[in-house]
Amino acid sequence: MENYLSLFETYNVPAAFWVNIQLSFWAAIIALVIGTVLALFRISPIASLQWFGAAYVNIFRNTPLTIILAFGFLGLFSVMQISLAADLNVSLFRIAIVGLALYHAAFVCEAIRSGVNTVPLGQAEAARAIGLSFLPAARLIILPQAFRGAIAPLGNVLIALIKNSTVAAAGSVAAESSSLMKTMIEFRSDLVIPIFLTFALGFVVLVIPIGLLTTWASRKLAVAR
Amino acid sequence: MTSEPQPTTPASSGSPLVSLRNVNKHFGDLHVLRNINLDVARGEVVVVIGPSGSGKSTLCRAINRLETIDDGEITIDGKVLPAEGKALAKLRADVGMVFQSFNLFAHKSILENVTLGPIKVRGMKGGEAKDLAMSLLKRVGVDNQAQKLPAQLSGGQQQRVAIARALAMKPKVMLFDEPTSALDPEMINEVLDAMVSLAKEGMTMIVVTHEMGFARRAADRVIFMADGQIMEQATPEEFFDNPKSDRAKDFLGKILSH
Repeated sequence: MENYLSLFETYNVPAAFWVNIQLSFWAAIIALVIGTVLALFRISPIASLQWFGAAYVNIFRNTPLTIILAFGFLGLFSVMQISLAADLNVSLFRIAIVGLALYHAAFVCEAIRSGVNTVPLGQAEAARAIGLSFLPAARLIILPQAFRGAIAPLGNVLIALIKNSTVAAAGSVAAESSSLMKTMIEFRSDLVIPIFLTFALGFVVLVIPIGLLTTWASRKLAVAR
Repeated sequence: MTSEPQPTTPASSGSPLVSLRNVNKHFGDLHVLRNINLDVARGEVVVVIGPSGSGKSTLCRAINRLETIDDGEITIDGKVLPAEGKALAKLRADVGMVFQSFNLFAHKSILENVTLGPIKVRGMKGGEAKDLAMSLLKRVGVDNQAQKLPAQLSGGQQQRVAIARALAMKPKVMLFDEPTSALDPEMINEVLDAMVSLAKEGMTMIVVTHEMGFARRAADRVIFMADGQIMEQATPEEFFDNPKSDRAKDFLGKILSH
């Protein structure tokens, strides 16, 4: 037990989790914005936008996240010299956020689209009938109802995103938790199983409230019909 | 294609407010609108009846382009119905629509349902829109429900709100697509009463309905559709007492025998 506790003196585990929380937070916000725009593209009356939305979703949803994040580090940063900050680690951190956001935007788009499917067609027809064009109808009538119908699937995307933030290791974000776990295992092979359990528990604790919260919110905010 | 006679006789003089010229529409192999010609004069109340599948709802929905048409031309107040975009939205704002399933905005209060169009489409100020909405809600008798959500109202109340929502746009013409078909019997009259008083005030109305009593009370002209064609049109007295086509006789025989 003392051995185990000494781990926390040597290694700053909460700081590593904090990196994952920050990665997830920013990636979630960017993914929500991009995903909403993509969902608008996919339900828009303009064929080229529909096509773009579908192409984006199919490309990013079907590419392994590890490849996207490794490309961010090796392709964008190392080869193409694209840097998002003067400091090396900050730049890698931001590139990882962009990679996570681009990947999860595809899932956000599909979650919102499933929400749009919960809105009866008559709502859009009524919006058009009073003279709203596509964007105002989407903003005022369709999306507010679609988001309420999409809370649970959006919650699932967020849960996946938090856990997937460990893949940022592939983008050389060394401060995040799975990288720290690797280091700890390397130096304290006597405690492999407790170390695994610690990190597993850490993520469970992070993720469970999100599941509870989204279930509660999707009930609370459901549109009465 | 049969060539039934399709008289186009508006009830009053002047240029027609709504005009359909040689309108055709197919759903796949089904020819739902066959060469429809129809003029509706300002202030006229036209009731469209016919068996289900006759194309009467499609006709109603085509007039504000919720259904596209394959060919032909629809004009509203002299303007050809645009294909899409802002011009279409602008024209739709002048055409009130009441749906069979009410379609009130489910996440907005009754009051917001009525003020949304005037504020967002007409650019009206909030206070002014609220006054307008409350007076319209009062007129259809649901002003005491203004703060509730649509799901908290009965079907008849919801449909009256839908009428108020359409009226708030100050439309040139009102389209009713089977407005009482989804209602419980005891609520049909409250909606029909609102429609009759609207007709008496001179609103131009195109009403698809199965309510023959409404047609007799409020219609200037009855149009009978079958198989995507206008089979017959006449004043309500003429049509109900002395239908000319066999299809109309057959239809009236079936619905009036009970």
